[in-house]
Amino acid sequence: MSRPVRFNIKSKDTHNWGINMVDSPDGLTGEGFFATSFDKVVGLARKNSIWPLPFATSCCGIEFMATMGSHYDLSRFGSERVGFSPRQCDLLMVMGTIAKKMGPVVKQVYLQMAEPRWVLAVGACASSGGIFDTYSVLQGIDQVVPVDVYVPGCPPRPEAIIDGFMKIQELVHNESLRRRNSDKYKLLLESYGIQ
Amino acid sequence: MSLTNDIIQQRLTEKFGEQLTEWNQPYGLLTFTAPKDLNLKVMTYLFDEPELNFRFLTDLTAVHYPNRTNEELAVVYHLHNLVDNVRLRMKVFAPVAQPDVYTTSGLFSSANWMERETFDFFGVNFIGHPDLRRILNVDEMDYFPLRKEFPLEDQTRIDKDDDMFGR
Amino acid sequence: MSDHNNIRLPEGSIEKTTTTLNLGPTHPATHGVFQNILELDGERIVKAEPTVGYIHRAFEKIAERRPYYQITPLTDRLNYCSSPINNMGWHLTCEKLLGVKTPKRVDYLRIIIMELARISDHLICNSIVGVDTGAYTGFLYVMQYRELIYEIYEEICGSRLTTNIGRIGGFERNFSNAAFGKIEKFLNEYPRVLREFENLFTRNRIFIERTQGVGAISADRALNYGFTGPNLRAAGVDYDIRVHSPYSSYEDMDFVIPVGTTGDNYDRYQVRNGEMWESIKIIQQAYRKVQEFKGTEADVYHANLPDYYLPEKEAVYTSMEALIYHFKIIMGETDIPAGEVYMSVEGGNGELGFYLISDGGRSPYRLHFRRPCFVYYQAYPEIVKGSMLSDAIVTLSSLNLIAGEMDA
Repeated sequence: MSRPVRFNIKSKDTHNWGINMVDSPDGLTGEGFFATSFDKVVGLARKNSIWPLPFATSCCGIEFMATMGSHYDLSRFGSERVGFSPRQCDLLMVMGTIAKKMGPVVKQVYLQMAEPRWVLAVGACASSGGIFDTYSVLQGIDQVVPVDVYVPGCPPRPEAIIDGFMKIQELVHNESLRRRNSDKYKLLLESYGIQ
Repeated sequence: MSLTNDIIQQRLTEKFGEQLTEWNQPYGLLTFTAPKDLNLKVMTYLFDEPELNFRFLTDLTAVHYPNRTNEELAVVYHLHNLVDNVRLRMKVFAPVAQPDVYTTSGLFSSANWMERETFDFFGVNFIGHPDLRRILNVDEMDYFPLRKEFPLEDQTRIDKDDDMFGR
Repeated sequence: MSDHNNIRLPEGSIEKTTTTLNLGPTHPATHGVFQNILELDGERIVKAEPTVGYIHRAFEKIAERRPYYQITPLTDRLNYCSSPINNMGWHLTCEKLLGVKTPKRVDYLRIIIMELARISDHLICNSIVGVDTGAYTGFLYVMQYRELIYEIYEEICGSRLTTNIGRIGGFERNFSNAAFGKIEKFLNEYPRVLREFENLFTRNRIFIERTQGVGAISADRALNYGFTGPNLRAAGVDYDIRVHSPYSSYEDMDFVIPVGTTGDNYDRYQVRNGEMWESIKIIQQAYRKVQEFKGTEADVYHANLPDYYLPEKEAVYTSMEALIYHFKIIMGETDIPAGEVYMSVEGGNGELGFYLISDGGRSPYRLHFRRPCFVYYQAYPEIVKGSMLSDAIVTLSSLNLIAGEMDA
């Protein structure tokens, strides 16, 4: 004899929950299949599961810790797992001042990352040297590695870091699968001395 | 009897006489100048004397006075007697052509890196230091940046227009 | 466990009996960029060689270029976890040079801000010690309350982390009612949170075994190495500048200094924890004293210092003297006395000292920061010698090394 259902019997109205569902890309649907172009699906999957490498050197690193905290959660965007090994990460987030002594280290970490890789320069110091126009500070990490998105601020608010992250997500979403082998990209890397 | 600035001055002049000069007390902190070769002796005396008991080196730094000929680099030591809560400042002058000063890292282990920092910024050569090399700047740097003749900015920048930045 | 001295290598061999491990500048466990080249015998550390300078920003040279009121944002970036303490230290140094006495209400407001910053700094340090021993929960839980401290700063100065709070002579604006409301909320909610955080760690068997007896330093060696602050107090020496040379009316506050015995990681954790409780007491006392000022006294938020404190904007547009003072201060035409002064405050890590030489000009002739992290990091090879690699990581985080302060 079955027990009568007592709980969860009222139908829930899901329209007001404010959950953002990811839109599926355009394609042909049918019974049991969905056909679309490959780079759209890959872009969608990549953008919602970026594994960042937080290269935190100074004050912006503390704002990053606040961004990873529960108040301004970065793991909502799929970056729950931050990695510290460049071999396993997609996004290099350089946060903080990079001195000339540290420049070769950033370059080495960048070289160890596997394609496709993106770089986010967080903070004024990583973007352009910041308030430190001195003999010992590298005036922006774009002197040593190619940068995709710059987040200004000193330090940028966690909302700004998330905004920069969302712009990276847009870049990841729309990137063509052939970009990393293209001549333009090769020229870009060669201008930095990277083979 | 608590330790006052006058007692310290009196004891130091008893021991070292006229060699310690330029006594004054800016903002209550007793300051004097010692000749370059006596710095370790004076600090050892201040360390060992049971009544003076200056056993804490708060700070070690240098100042560049380009106008004092033959005495351009001043190495400044801040000492602190923790028991009686008395501070002391000792200055030692050295010419920029031959800035050799005896190291105090045998007496205070904290002087080790502070002397390396002073060497890095001003070029003061500490005789007897176990490992005198640059600490904060890149090792390949060939000048001493905090001396007054060197500018703040990186001179090899080509993308910044000095006219627009009002130097 | 092999004793590396027992391995005999043939003559002229370039092999070593120890392994070299580069605990490099970019590493998840070093909180900040400093490098340690460790020689390991199996898991034990035989020798450690630290390298700093990976974030050297030449603050002392920059300070020679800037007028006095523009150096405050520079001091923010020294110990960026507790930047209001650095700002207040700089303002106190300038006030000592100028011979200015701030009114009591300003002092009490400064005490509230400095103790909030101290709580913020110790929270990061203690929770990161937890993370390094494997307990991530405490860190995430406590970051929520650091957000509340950030909101208090935002109400007062507009910025969260690098605050540039206060001016020479006081504050830039009076604390609003919203700021006082947030401070009250913090005082009501935070003690319970700290008690929960303590329950996670203080009597936790795993935490005690990871941190007790590890990274110990004796009081004599600590004094010789120039330790100050919680690290020195954990070794047994009760030296606290707030008590020995009180500044900003700390002598009106009633608090004790927690002191440890062995100077190991557990004692450092306990000292910082105890200091957070004392900071809560101090904030409560200062808050009560501020509430006692009534009437026109409750509007006082800066000293009467027309030569160095910018006048109100309404006055600048209406009165002639205020306009002239505004112009003189910004252009740097005011008379700054020549002289040298050394002033130190109790920062989150110890004695943060400012040695300022002024030649009467618009910028300092020489400004030197006595940074506590730089001074006590020299002791790291001695502390960590003979311990295991994982202990070295926990010691590194419990010493609370902030790279921005170390390299300046």
